[in-house]
Amino acid sequence: MENEAAAIALEAHELTKIYRMGAVEVHALRGVDVDLREGELVVLLGPSGSGKSTLLNILGGLDTPTRGTVKFRGQPLSMDSERALNLYRRNHVGFVFQFYNLISSLTARENVSLVTEIAGNPMSPVEALSIVGLGDRLDHFPAQLSGGEQQRVAIARAIAKRPELLLCDEPTGALDSKTGILVLEAILKINRELGTTTALITHNAVIAEIANRVLYFADGRIVERRKNAVQRAPGELAW
Amino acid sequence: MSSLDRKLVRELWRLKAQVLAIALVIASGTALLIMALTTIEALEETTAAYYERTRFADVFAQAKRAPEHLGRDIADIPGVRLAETRIVEGAILDMPGFAEPVVAQLLSLPERGPELLNALVIRSGRLTDPTRPDEVVVSEPFAEAHELKPGDSFDAVLRGRKRTLQVVGTALSPEFVYAIAPGGLMPDDERFGILWMGHDTLAAAFDLKASFNSITLSLLPGADEKDVIRRLDGLLAPFGGIGAYGRADQTSNWFLESEIAQQRNMSRIMPTIFLAVAAFLTNMVMARLIETQRREIGLLKAFGYSNLAIGWHYAKMVLVIGTIGILIGSLLGAWLGHWNTELYTKFYRFPFLLYRPGPAGFVIAGAISLGAALAGSLAAVRRAVRLPPAEAMLPPSPPIYRRTWASRTALAGALDEPSRMIVRRIVRWPVRAFLASLGLAMSIAVLIMALQWVDAIDSLADTVFERGQHQDATVAFNDLQPIHTVGDFERLPGVLAAEPYRHASARISHGHLVERQGIIGVPPGAILSPVFDAERGRIDVPPGGLMLSRKLAELLHVSAGDTVGIELLEGRQARLSLPVAQVFETYLGTPAYMEMGALNRIAGDGRVVSGLHILVDSPSRASLLAKLKDIPNVAAVLFRQAAIDTFYKTMGETIFIFIGFFVAFSMTLSVGVTYNSIRIALSERARELATLRVLGFSRWEISYILLGEVGILTWVAIPLGAAIGYGLAWYMTSAFETELYRVPLVLRDATYGKAALIALAATLVCAAVVRRRLDRLDLIAVLKTRE
Repeated sequence: MENEAAAIALEAHELTKIYRMGAVEVHALRGVDVDLREGELVVLLGPSGSGKSTLLNILGGLDTPTRGTVKFRGQPLSMDSERALNLYRRNHVGFVFQFYNLISSLTARENVSLVTEIAGNPMSPVEALSIVGLGDRLDHFPAQLSGGEQQRVAIARAIAKRPELLLCDEPTGALDSKTGILVLEAILKINRELGTTTALITHNAVIAEIANRVLYFADGRIVERRKNAVQRAPGELAW
Repeated sequence: MSSLDRKLVRELWRLKAQVLAIALVIASGTALLIMALTTIEALEETTAAYYERTRFADVFAQAKRAPEHLGRDIADIPGVRLAETRIVEGAILDMPGFAEPVVAQLLSLPERGPELLNALVIRSGRLTDPTRPDEVVVSEPFAEAHELKPGDSFDAVLRGRKRTLQVVGTALSPEFVYAIAPGGLMPDDERFGILWMGHDTLAAAFDLKASFNSITLSLLPGADEKDVIRRLDGLLAPFGGIGAYGRADQTSNWFLESEIAQQRNMSRIMPTIFLAVAAFLTNMVMARLIETQRREIGLLKAFGYSNLAIGWHYAKMVLVIGTIGILIGSLLGAWLGHWNTELYTKFYRFPFLLYRPGPAGFVIAGAISLGAALAGSLAAVRRAVRLPPAEAMLPPSPPIYRRTWASRTALAGALDEPSRMIVRRIVRWPVRAFLASLGLAMSIAVLIMALQWVDAIDSLADTVFERGQHQDATVAFNDLQPIHTVGDFERLPGVLAAEPYRHASARISHGHLVERQGIIGVPPGAILSPVFDAERGRIDVPPGGLMLSRKLAELLHVSAGDTVGIELLEGRQARLSLPVAQVFETYLGTPAYMEMGALNRIAGDGRVVSGLHILVDSPSRASLLAKLKDIPNVAAVLFRQAAIDTFYKTMGETIFIFIGFFVAFSMTLSVGVTYNSIRIALSERARELATLRVLGFSRWEISYILLGEVGILTWVAIPLGAAIGYGLAWYMTSAFETELYRVPLVLRDATYGKAALIALAATLVCAAVVRRRLDRLDLIAVLKTRE
């Protein structure tokens, strides 16, 4: 979606994150500025340890920065209020993790309802699972699903609450390319059909071609920002 | 049902073995407390109901011979509701097929109408017929011991005259819930029985026409018992009254109350310690269980679940486990309580049993167990929710291991890699290792505390019956006998030695503290039954002054050198002050001694004896026993061996069974803790172990890595548990003290050994169970999951 004029959904300024591991300080983020526009699909690309996940975690309210601010739709996130962060995650953000993080004791449908039960205006779990093409696997437990199916359940779980923001951390990292494409198609479908602002982390440069914009990470900084003139469909990709 | 609840149900099902193990730990603590509390409740309630229904008297008094009309004066004492006079005498019975002489207490039944007080509960047959003088109602336990039923007969010597008595009924009486022979400590239904006969028959046999020698009173509500006793003593004094006493000092009731007090004491201490240990273990195990849920907690937070919602979710998990535990514990506890109470009623003879446990015991046990479980888990939940979700969802970062000086020693060099892994894990998390060891140690400690009872009771019996007494039998007379009777007895066939003693009923006072306690006169140089201090051994009686047992001295707040007031309740009822010459330690009762000559002098009865301790030559035992049955004036013959036997029988039926439960529950505790420790260790390390399997380690090798740690922790737990167990046993014995008995702190090496073996066995069983899981470790699945 090309939308230069679209409003800024998420805006981060001067984000710095320092982890202390014993006597050693690890600078995961070194003053990162980034903004995501409404309905945009942004891919964060970079080697592991470059700070992508840390940024995504902070944008999603899963972690707090050492310094810097994040504004969601113009409102700053109060990073020192756990309650505020919790409400932000609950009402506005959907997460997809590399390792799915499904609850193994719950079926696909139940994993999704885990989230819809606490959301304000969710779609039904069945609808969410249909969007990702799993309408016929509703009552399967994670152990009965393939890796790609599990990841699609995780996507359904993330989008079922109709989040404004969908954050995906290496959603295809644990999948083969064929399955990975199915998953990317699901993410793109949601981005297009629901207009969900989407940020996707990958270290696979090929995947960057489905994005509106690509941010290149290295050593805790964004070293390059690139706009794709043409968004390619996942089906055209191969890796 | 919400998805979160569904998750809860399925997780509980998946963890069922662990859930059950924790629930059993909770159940153990709960069951014991409930058993103890409900047993007391039932005993108290049954006693109260029995006393009320049978109009158990409030005040009791004996005299030599008082005219019947005095009964009316006594009934007129202010505060007295009813007074009933009667005759109480002793007799020696010759039971068919029973060699030893049997001691009986005879009580008169009113000639007309029902008993006003202390009504009998007829268990079979009927009451005596006034027109048939040889009819007798016998106490039910005695009838059972000798297989007597209505229609049977036996011989009895009443005041030197032999008669054949016809059993017409069996009965129970509130006066003899706990029927012990005068001077005995435990009921011995074979050698002591209660018989009820018509009043006129007894009056004729004992030359008490128009007279009585015993009276019982019931009081009006609010009556001043002390005042009544004082007036009653005044009225009976001219007729050989030996001091009235209240219900509290009535023998059967005193023992019953002591037993209830002791049970109450025990239920306060042991189950409390046990419940505290169970609570600690629940706390520890739940905390570790929750720690394994760290990732899921992070995930729920990422979805936007509030800390409160997450806390509640895990609280529900704990509540379910706790409730299962409490439910099992309550059912088991109530069942055991009922069973335990029934045991008591075999021994304390009630005609019925009221087991209607109130909610108190259940509520207390439940609240403590749940509270401990919740506290343990919620602390762990709090730790987990405090982490930012991004961090919580990551596996904990690899722990930092360091090579310390110990790694560079020769010993460390000799270790293979798996052993090094075990040692490093313990060194890396010393607190966790210590807590796991402590948990096991606690289960060993409660085991030691429970097993210590057996040692203590053996030691008690040894001190009292083996080291403290050397007579074979003790003969008690109906009336005081002149000292030369000793010589008569020494000449009997089979008597090797005879040693007299004098007993005098008395009240001993110090300031406002008064104890009704008989004084035993011991001849100087007594050997057969001397004054015996539990630690110092035999003590010579000083020529003047009293020797008080420590417990009695404590009750009176006196020590050696103080002066106490003595009021003899027989003879010329002397009142005087005497110095406390010595205080000595004894485990049974609260006796007081003085030199026999001195006691005779203050009593003013001349040189007399109440009875004899005799040493018997075994080959002539049978002929001596036969002879004793016919000697007039013998009120009772008590055998030391029979006393030891009944002591153990009684203990076996009460304390040892109680202890048995503790041992069983301690083992449950041990298994619960060990199983959970190993199981949690497995879930923490499944991935690491699977990796090792992939690298080519065998099942036994990875089992060694997992179980080796538990093994080391168990070895550490044994000495630790022994030390804590000693502490608990010390606390138990110092807190456990009744007037009936004290428990010495004795711990045999074998007791430590037994506790250690039980703990090791529990560890082995749990290790074997978990090892089977290791065999089924799905290598691919474990390695494929995230981390």
